[in-house]
Amino acid sequence: MGLLSKKDSKLILDPLADDNPITIQVLGICSALAITAQLKASIVMAISVLFVLGVGNVVISLMRNIIPSKIRIIVQLIVVATLVIIVDQVLKAFAYELSKELSVFIGLIITNCIIMGRFEAFALGNGPWRSFLDGIGNAAGYGVILIIVGFFRELLGSGTLLGFKVLGDPIAKTGLYSIGYENNGFMLLSPMALIIVGLIIWVQRSRNKALIEEN
Amino acid sequence: MEHIELFFKSIFIDNMVFATFLGMCSYLAVSKKVTTAVGLGAAVIFVLAVTVPMNWLLDQYILRDGALAWLGPEYAEYDLSFLSFILFIATIATMVQLVEIIVEKFSPSLYNSLGIFLPLIAVNCAILGGSLFMQSRDIATLGLALNYGVSSGIGWFLAIVAIAAIREKIRYSNVPPPLRGLGITFIITGLMAIGFMSFGGMLTGGDDAEVSEVQTAQIEKASEEKEMINENTASVEAVEVSEITQQ
Repeated sequence: MGLLSKKDSKLILDPLADDNPITIQVLGICSALAITAQLKASIVMAISVLFVLGVGNVVISLMRNIIPSKIRIIVQLIVVATLVIIVDQVLKAFAYELSKELSVFIGLIITNCIIMGRFEAFALGNGPWRSFLDGIGNAAGYGVILIIVGFFRELLGSGTLLGFKVLGDPIAKTGLYSIGYENNGFMLLSPMALIIVGLIIWVQRSRNKALIEEN
Repeated sequence: MEHIELFFKSIFIDNMVFATFLGMCSYLAVSKKVTTAVGLGAAVIFVLAVTVPMNWLLDQYILRDGALAWLGPEYAEYDLSFLSFILFIATIATMVQLVEIIVEKFSPSLYNSLGIFLPLIAVNCAILGGSLFMQSRDIATLGLALNYGVSSGIGWFLAIVAIAAIREKIRYSNVPPPLRGLGITFIITGLMAIGFMSFGGMLTGGDDAEVSEVQTAQIEKASEEKEMINENTASVEAVEVSEITQQ
């Protein structure tokens, strides 16, 4: 890590595990769960948030000394909304099918608590470069959970990954299906996303006892 | 009839928390006690009832394709729907501020119970989500929009009060330590969502999702067939062209 000092790399690496925005800080769950039935949608969502949070943190950090603190919420909302409109229009232009599938959830990045949370907690008090790293780190931590959930839901629910039939063909009975394996259609329904995140929290907290809550 | 159907549909079947995961952040953070949960839930109903009809008017008369026709025929071709995010969120933020001021002025007791939650609500996904779903589901009239706002607010209220009650009880049970707090709340919410899915059969026989899947499958099939036909005609044309050139 020649490019980053130790303190800076901590900014990126911490949110990936021990300070994860979803499982520890409980931010940004709103839009995270509904779109994870497929790995592809999860990846696109993760990249969108990465872009919005990275750029947004830099913009807010550059403006941090000229924003009057009374109207900072609305300034933050305008910055996020502008960035999200860019993402939405790009998706509509280059990946129309996917943007139909994600429907309102791209728009809901605006009210994603991670973004407002990072603006408030970090970008308003730190310089642009560190804010950028913080944004990238938190968005990556969010993306990791999204991709893990999306991976399991797509693999167990429809037997595919990114649309490729990795477990064989369920109709022609090849691969795993030849020995009687069936897809668990339940994984595609929305409640399973919650339960999978619950299980991820379970695994993470059993490995790191310091994270266990009192009650 | 339309109103009743929309009302129950948005409370139970399309419940904001259990079907679309909207407003999960405050749902998880403010559900430790029933009394605070009731306060936040009431504030959400209130704000949704105000913002959804407001945004419906904005969408109908400013944003959607051809909505500016009332300004004159030369404006009829504008489609400003790409601006909807920024206008919706601005409306929500202003309305929340306005509601806060009005409530503080006229009903200090209500302000004391709702007050602290109102600023939180401006960035609650359920509020923006209500407006965006209102837009994407093409709600037809102002009355229906008001109905949609109120009833999806009630659905959210129901969810947060239920989970708060469960969490108050679960404090006395022996949950595995790593699951305590957040983890078990997630899993309970998942189980509640599975329970709420059974409401799906309430209105139309519950075949909505399946029907739409079948329909999309049919559409895909149809478009594939169309493509094949196109290819065939293209090859036929190519053959014809080559024949003509040979002649």
